[in-house]
Amino acid sequence: MTKRSTCAYCGVGCGIEIQVGPEGVTGVQGDTGHPANYGRLCSKGSSLDHTLTLEGRLLHPQINGLRADWPQAIDHVARELQRIIQQHGPDAVAFYVSGQLLTEDYYVANKLMKGFIGSANIDTNSRLCMSSAVAAYKRAFGEDCVPAAYEDLELADLIVLTGSNTAWCHPILFQRIKAAKQQRPGMKVVVIDPRRTATCEIADLHLAIRPGADIALFNGLLQFLAQHDAVDKDYLQQHCEGFNAALHQAREETPDVAAAATRCDLVPADVAQFYQWFAETPRTVTCFSQGINQSSQGTDKGNAIINCHLATGRVGKPGASPFSLTGQPNAMGGREVGGLANQLAAHRDFNAEDLTQVGTFWNAPNLARKPGLKAVDLFAAVGSGQVKAVWIMGTNPVVSLPNAGEVAHALRQAELVVVSDCIATTDTSQYAHVLLPAAGWGEKDGTVTNSERCISRQRAALKPSGEARQDWQILTDVARAMGYADDFSYHCAADVFREHAALTALNRAGPRQLDLGDLAHISDREYDDLPPRQWPLINGSSQTRLYADGRFSFPDRRARLLPVQCQGVKNAVNVDWPLSLNTGRIRDQWHTMTRTALAPPLNAHKPEPFVEVHPVTAARFGLSDQRLARIRSPWGQAIMKVNVTDAMRRGELFVPMHWNDQWARGARIGELVNPVVDPVSGQPESKHTPCRIEPWLPQWTAIILSRHNLPLPACDYAAKIRGARFYRYELASGETLPAFTGSHDLPAFLQQLAGAEAPPPLLYQDQDRRSYRGAWLDDYGLQSCIYLGSGWDPTVTQADRHWLASLFEAGTLDPIQRKALLSGLSPAGVEDCGRTICACFGVGENSIRKCINDLQLTDAAEVGKHVKAGTNCGSCLPEIDAILAQK
Amino acid sequence: MTYSDKPRLVFVGNGMAGTRTLEELLALAPDRYDISVIGEESCGNYNRILLSPVLAGEKTIEHIMLNDDDWYQQHRIHFYKGERAVQIDRVRRQVITASGRQIRYDRLVLATGSRPSRIPVPGRDLKNVLTFRDINDVNTMLALSRSKRHATVIGGGLLGLEAANGLRKQGMAVTVVHTADFLLNRQLDATAARLLQHTLEQSGIQFMLNAATARIEGTAEGEVRQLVCSDGRTLKTDMVVMATGVSPNIELADSAGLRCDRGILVNDVLQTFDPAIYAVGECIQHRGQVFGLVAPTYQQARVCANQLAERGFARYIQTPAATQLKITGIHAFSAGQFQEAGSHQVIRFVDQQEGLYKKLVLDGNQLVGAVLYGDTQDGAWFFDLIQQRTNIAPVRDQLIFGKDFCHWPQPASSALPVAA
Ligand SMILES: Cc1cc2nc3c(=O)[nH]c(=O)nc-3n(C[C@H](O)[C@H](O)[C@H](O)COP(=O)(O)OP(=O)(O)OC[C@H]3O[C@@H](n4cnc5c(N)ncnc54)[C@H](O)[C@@H]3O)c2cc1C
Ligand code: SF4
Ligand code: SF4
Repeated sequence: MTKRSTCAYCGVGCGIEIQVGPEGVTGVQGDTGHPANYGRLCSKGSSLDHTLTLEGRLLHPQINGLRADWPQAIDHVARELQRIIQQHGPDAVAFYVSGQLLTEDYYVANKLMKGFIGSANIDTNSRLCMSSAVAAYKRAFGEDCVPAAYEDLELADLIVLTGSNTAWCHPILFQRIKAAKQQRPGMKVVVIDPRRTATCEIADLHLAIRPGADIALFNGLLQFLAQHDAVDKDYLQQHCEGFNAALHQAREETPDVAAAATRCDLVPADVAQFYQWFAETPRTVTCFSQGINQSSQGTDKGNAIINCHLATGRVGKPGASPFSLTGQPNAMGGREVGGLANQLAAHRDFNAEDLTQVGTFWNAPNLARKPGLKAVDLFAAVGSGQVKAVWIMGTNPVVSLPNAGEVAHALRQAELVVVSDCIATTDTSQYAHVLLPAAGWGEKDGTVTNSERCISRQRAALKPSGEARQDWQILTDVARAMGYADDFSYHCAADVFREHAALTALNRAGPRQLDLGDLAHISDREYDDLPPRQWPLINGSSQTRLYADGRFSFPDRRARLLPVQCQGVKNAVNVDWPLSLNTGRIRDQWHTMTRTALAPPLNAHKPEPFVEVHPVTAARFGLSDQRLARIRSPWGQAIMKVNVTDAMRRGELFVPMHWNDQWARGARIGELVNPVVDPVSGQPESKHTPCRIEPWLPQWTAIILSRHNLPLPACDYAAKIRGARFYRYELASGETLPAFTGSHDLPAFLQQLAGAEAPPPLLYQDQDRRSYRGAWLDDYGLQSCIYLGSGWDPTVTQADRHWLASLFEAGTLDPIQRKALLSGLSPAGVEDCGRTICACFGVGENSIRKCINDLQLTDAAEVGKHVKAGTNCGSCLPEIDAILAQK
Repeated sequence: MTYSDKPRLVFVGNGMAGTRTLEELLALAPDRYDISVIGEESCGNYNRILLSPVLAGEKTIEHIMLNDDDWYQQHRIHFYKGERAVQIDRVRRQVITASGRQIRYDRLVLATGSRPSRIPVPGRDLKNVLTFRDINDVNTMLALSRSKRHATVIGGGLLGLEAANGLRKQGMAVTVVHTADFLLNRQLDATAARLLQHTLEQSGIQFMLNAATARIEGTAEGEVRQLVCSDGRTLKTDMVVMATGVSPNIELADSAGLRCDRGILVNDVLQTFDPAIYAVGECIQHRGQVFGLVAPTYQQARVCANQLAERGFARYIQTPAATQLKITGIHAFSAGQFQEAGSHQVIRFVDQQEGLYKKLVLDGNQLVGAVLYGDTQDGAWFFDLIQQRTNIAPVRDQLIFGKDFCHWPQPASSALPVAA
């Protein structure tokens, strides 16, 4: 049987076919009928079936660490929330949700919080990835609407990818662009990114821009367009406001190409080339993503881009639009239901009319009347005690929020922390008073919306594991237990969806675009069969692009250009903090790795947390490739492996955002990131933090490979890598081992590090070199092995990880493998010389036979001449004769 | 017997050292001398080392014969079998045997070996108190093993353990009484010795360690009855084998006025204080050292043969000797200064499940000693590294895993000894 669903990871929202057999999921492949990917899948999507493991799953509700049943847990959460609301008012509670939730989950959470609890304190981790784009669209178009569709990438003659490592973060879109460019070599691609990312592979021009200077680049573009008579005056006149003010500001800031180039630290000719192409190419799509959004001026940056598109009339036309690519699979769904603190619901705001309409629709007793706290402020309020209860759903803020150490601190203070997640131990769940098991991907049932407004069904292929339940069910039960049973009478996901669709249909009376009215009355059956469709969905039609007619969502139906000024980054580098820290994704991991790290193939690409640095910067700070370095910022510090690469700009560092305390120690980069947010969107400036870096010399380093999933040892640096049938641990510590001075029970220490039940039966010790190795074997083969040495011990750094990994699939080790094991080196090429015949010279039977065969020997004396056997005491001569006789 | 005008060369002792010297000489200069060999034992030359497998029933006397009577004949050697040399007349240059035969020499090689020393305790001369040195001893033990039940071996050294193993294989209940607190205390370290003891115990041999024999008590017929230790422990036994070391046979040389200490003193070309008389093997003392293994004996034989053949200037240089225990199924090896001291550094490896143990002792960048138990395959290679004083620094981290895992960086590879 196959189930059609969607990928759990990025905002491309690829369609997937899940093969289900009697034993569970047997494989996944791309859904050839899905308009996002037409059958293709990237490495993360293709490995989805590996994440369907019970390992690490949260299977039962828990209250204060003790297993509870669902009625107890629901009752507990409802009572505690009510108690806190009664004592401290509705604003003392908050929900922090996730772009991983399905639209139905989001809808119920939002309705419960804003309509019934009576606060708007619900925000989402999407705040971290696209809230600036949301705000920019709203400021420009009057509504959060992505005007473009994926097919525009194929229709465009110029694609500008800015702040987007599309190749890794939206792999299938990248493949689509690449394929289009192959078909039409005339198509141009410009990549704007401080780093020479994998995306530059298809770039005709790469602008390695100074971090934070994007506004200057696009203001310069606006001025260039005006200077070169490339603006669409008619369009501006008929459909837009604010062009003159925007142009005035742009001219002040970047009067010419040279000025723009200087501000952006770019070569003027390159900038001119980009401007020229943009000016002369009507079919231009500008894709922007985290590199634009995660900034103290993310919203202004978005508007700087949209300004240029409005000025040239390139919005919502085939092959021409400003196109924000969302990170998460259902960030868009969350935006639609309004699961952000500064939205009400269904693209509605907190104005009187919207409040009345939504309040009436919901029959809401306690409608929130003002925006709530945004992500960073929300956790600050938890820390200050203003918010007493927080319910975190499907996200890991202790890792992902800036200044993550503070978040952990805040959670420790809270009176009530509820975490619903499908994974048992995350960095966040350890602070939970109540843990609620949620259905995971493959078990979840509902809808998601991808970056091009396409709504797809995510269908369950499996029954939820253990006692896990759908998030919307959990929320509905809590709402009922709080006394709102009548207004939360959902029996299935379709019930929720229909209500959501009906709410959006209220928009039809006004200029708003969001309208799923057609789906407000679909049957359960139709819901189940729903094919992927782009909204708005009115009168039986779906709409590929928005605003093609130039009529926007403001009451006057005109778009707005905004004067934006480039202020650069908030916390500039200085003498003490001379470097700029950039963060981002890598190809094969997703978010905080709770799922991707379970898939061995995904851990091979970049197994350890790392920092990328330009060779010159590396030299300046004394860093060596593949060694560890300590990065410090005023907010925190981390230890990472150094990757020296000229893909970086000098003076800048890049660190992946994924690693956390479950898979690494000392690598939680969120701890360093400055808690600076965009004033409009509240999105953090994760792409720049002033910092410094220094080589970090470990006192000892170690690797462990184990069949078992071990708790990460407490040392300064640790990374856990899941492989096929084993886990690998890379460790380094700044503390001297007592073993180094001999005053220590070394085998016991190795036992403890490797989480073994006994000291290692195989043990290697070179006390003076401080080189220690151990291994545990049982009837099934290798259980675990550890290699430990002082400083950068070459036996640790050079241990053949691939070979060791292969031993976990080898079953019982053969004598050569066993002999080689603690050497850490593959015995490739080493032959088994067989049973020892000549003890004096250590000559084995196989060696003797080989020598006899190869050289056609006939007597023992000749054998002795060649392999020495039998030439000392002669006790083995009879055996050599016997071997000769056999010939 | 025909006498020729060639110079006369006489060997006293046709054990392993003497015969090897003879063989080397024949290879270098087959016709140089008119050669006589006087041997006390009643057979040709055999491989003494292999008496252990003979006792264990794994080999027969025929298997271990190296040179039989024919061989002496073929090489036209006068072989006085079963004759004991009792006197050397250095003035007349002749050796006199117990039967009164006078054999003239121009050059004389003494290769009288050594004899087992008996510990000086009451009862040491009782019936069925034996030693383990030659074919007679083996035959006696084999005969007794058929009629007696309990055997005690005094001495947990190489020889004692091989004797114990042999007697156990012949079906006897064997106990080894040893003074030190671990076996082979001059060949192994405590860890290896414990592993060895464990293996031997599994095979049925029992051990009394830290046990000094106080006396041996006999029956009225003068046969061994029990052994009593100085701490009072007693042990019923029908037979005792003393394997408590050897002393060089120097009486013949001594009585001829040759300078002796523990052994017959020789210089670097194996000459005694009489330039016409050489000595090789376990009977000698060279630069303060006496010998108990075959390897140095063979090196001496080569030097001595060179000298006799008047070829070149070979000198005997002592090298560390490697030790092998010859019990089937047991692999133990040691070489060099395997008991670490002072500035030595140590690398250890154990595999408890397979019963493997290795220890390497380093001095700076050189390997100076090794103990291997369970897997001795690389013993010879380590032994070479010790002798060649190879700089092992570049391969130190892999050294203990053996030759196959050690690759010297290219330029230094000339320092790598030719692999054994
Ligand atoms: C059971 C056993 C196992 C051994 N195992 C090993 C081993 O594994 N590895 C190792 O390296 N070594 C081993 N050895 C030691 C090794 O056998 C001796 O080192 C070696 O035999 C010494 O040679 P040699 O010629 O000096 O003495 P011997 O081989 O003892 O030869 C001396 C010969 O001289 C004869 N003789 C003595 N005095 C006179 C005289 N006055 N007139 C005529 N003839 C005389 C003796 O009867 C004897 O035949 C073992 C020894 C024994 C007994
Ligand atoms: S591109 Fe995104 S949605 Fe598509 S398979 Fe990859 S991760 Fe999943
Ligand atoms: S022990 Fe072998 S085993 Fe001696 S050389 Fe001697 S003949 Fe080989």
